[in-house]
Amino acid sequence: MSLIFEFGVILAVCLAGELLHALLPLPVPASIYGLCLLLLLLLTGVVKERQIARASGFLLDIMALLFVPAAAGILAVRDEASRLLLPLMIAVLPVTAGVMAVTGLSVQAVRRRQRKNK
Amino acid sequence: MMDLLINSSYFAVLLTIGAFYAGQAVRRRTGLDIANPLLIAVLIVIAVLLALGVDIETYQAGAQFVSWLLTPATVCLALPLYRQISVLRRNAAAAITGVLMGVLSSAVFIALLALVLGLNARETATLLPKSVTTAIGVGISEELGGIPALTVAAIILTGLCGNLMARPLCRLLKITDPVARGLTIGASSHAIGTAKALEMGEVEGAMSSAAVAVCGLVTVFAAPLFMRFFA
Repeated sequence: MSLIFEFGVILAVCLAGELLHALLPLPVPASIYGLCLLLLLLLTGVVKERQIARASGFLLDIMALLFVPAAAGILAVRDEASRLLLPLMIAVLPVTAGVMAVTGLSVQAVRRRQRKNK
Repeated sequence: MMDLLINSSYFAVLLTIGAFYAGQAVRRRTGLDIANPLLIAVLIVIAVLLALGVDIETYQAGAQFVSWLLTPATVCLALPLYRQISVLRRNAAAAITGVLMGVLSSAVFIALLALVLGLNARETATLLPKSVTTAIGVGISEELGGIPALTVAAIILTGLCGNLMARPLCRLLKITDPVARGLTIGASSHAIGTAKALEMGEVEGAMSSAAVAVCGLVTVFAAPLFMRFFA
């Protein structure tokens, strides 16, 4: 599949996502409408995996890089950032440990019950 | 001459790419999980901007070509999710439990934190999507009126924290089942945690990356509800 065609498919899905974002009154980002739409197109076979594989492989590979400008924006909100330092630290350390514990223990309980029933 | 250089979008894009490349090099050389390329790149960009006296707005305007690719890249997350669907179907009960418990516990803990510390709506919206993958979390933060740059910071730090805690915490809580381990890591610490899940094993990696995508999508719909009730 030509790379131009691959990018074309992805950009068309982005455009549809922006239209949905403008038309529907939900607080859902345009990119998420696009993600759901592309998933639907893949599941229904309208778009085949090989028709977007190379372009999406490239975009997914460089995804982390794409966040650098947005994250550097922390410079513009320095005051708010320093005020939020304590809540941020709590949200990061104990909350992440708590989420892990709750999720892990409940999934393990479900798995154990499944094994017993077998 | 200097102004011309600084205002050029090539300068901003090159600085972004160069900083990220340096971040990747540090990760490769040290082999440390905590040496996250994005985190290092952001620190380098901030240091360079401060050293040259460039405003953040000038840099961001120049780097808009980089940011522009974010929406198409996020849309492409559909592909790994599509590839994981059969894994999710095979472990449906465990996956549904993991995703729901992960999304709900994260939202409840953040809502409690907001209540106890008296955070306003903007601050709560900033922290609420901290367990989901950056692409989705930043979108949620923007939609709910949070501070996207701080959400990115919260998300990266959460990912690093999950990556580093995954092994010791699973041992401490006796979470030995590979499916449970993978779902736990993906639901709590998204793509950065998933790197650790992949080291643990194939099942852990697959379940973790499936959980990242599904938790992100569920959070898109759950976060606005939580904002309405708690903030």
